[in-house]
Amino acid sequence: MTTTANYTSTAKAIHWLMALLLIGLLALGFYMHDLPLSPEKLKLYSWHKWAGVTAFLLLAVRLLWRLTHRPPALPDSMPKIMQFAAHAGHLALYLLMIAIPLSGWLMSSAKGFQTVYFGILPIPDLLDKNKELGDLLALVHKSLNLLFIAVLAGHIGAALKHHFIDKDDILKRMLPKHSNK
Amino acid sequence: MKRFALALTLAASLTAAHAVEYTQVQADKSAINFTYKQMGVALDGKFKKFASQLSFDPAKATAAKASFEVDLASIDTGAAEGDQEVAGKPWFNTKAFPTAKFVSTGVKALGGNKYEVTGQLTIKGKTQDVVVPASFAAQGNSGVFDGSFTIRRADFSIGEGSWAKFDIVANDVQIKFRITANAGK
Repeated sequence: MTTTANYTSTAKAIHWLMALLLIGLLALGFYMHDLPLSPEKLKLYSWHKWAGVTAFLLLAVRLLWRLTHRPPALPDSMPKIMQFAAHAGHLALYLLMIAIPLSGWLMSSAKGFQTVYFGILPIPDLLDKNKELGDLLALVHKSLNLLFIAVLAGHIGAALKHHFIDKDDILKRMLPKHSNK
Repeated sequence: MKRFALALTLAASLTAAHAVEYTQVQADKSAINFTYKQMGVALDGKFKKFASQLSFDPAKATAAKASFEVDLASIDTGAAEGDQEVAGKPWFNTKAFPTAKFVSTGVKALGGNKYEVTGQLTIKGKTQDVVVPASFAAQGNSGVFDGSFTIRRADFSIGEGSWAKFDIVANDVQIKFRITANAGK
């Protein structure tokens, strides 16, 4: 048996908050893209951008927390190769959580629609308007999200495997009330 | 008698040299742009085609005249989807109202190179009086007119139905122009 330390409440809170936010962002992104032009569509695009900026800010807090608070170790019962896969998967999730909002931000600039957080705070445009670059960045944004969905499916699948097949506490230790004795 | 005629000709040519009237609008050095806000995001666009008549003599500014006819289908909103949308009935309805017209009714010199042009602006069958501040600068043989003014799109029923509220697309639209005209012969 291995004893693992707990995730902090802060780490758990940000994990689940971002889980909700990112799944919502994914669903909204794919839904709004195919809508015909309407006030509703423009509103959803603005909301998507504001939520994306919020996710990026939450990620910054999360990274700061992660770098100053050691997460509990993986159980020794896990083969080394699986431990490596788990770390690689988490790293991929973090990298995508950085790259996806950045690609959305750059895409907005290249398409000529500046991102203005909550309609109040303008986020600077790093790129000038450029149709070809805008179309390319749209493809990058979409591709990164498809990759994110794949890695996320692996993340959720792995958590469920740990819970139902390995019957260890990997999933439970991320739940709000769980704590090790 | 001969000497008098010569003096008269000379005087006439001198006057002509001073009374420069700018009438030949240079389309390639002229532009009509606009800016507006969409949920707090400033966006700009332009009209690629417009015809204009102008006569402006700095010495007789109050007699100046200007008229514009803007081809609304030539709009560039910055996105192809937007260009298509604004041609439709809720916006410009370009099938029924293909152009926007401005005809000046008076010009006031404000001193310096500043002028105030009053006129009537007609878009989508609706006419409004507008006041347009403009500045003038002579550049060699041509005169450059710069100015901007703000219209409210609702005054012209631009953006009806689901677009009529201003929470997504703001009511105020700023029109900016630069007109370059050469001196007429």
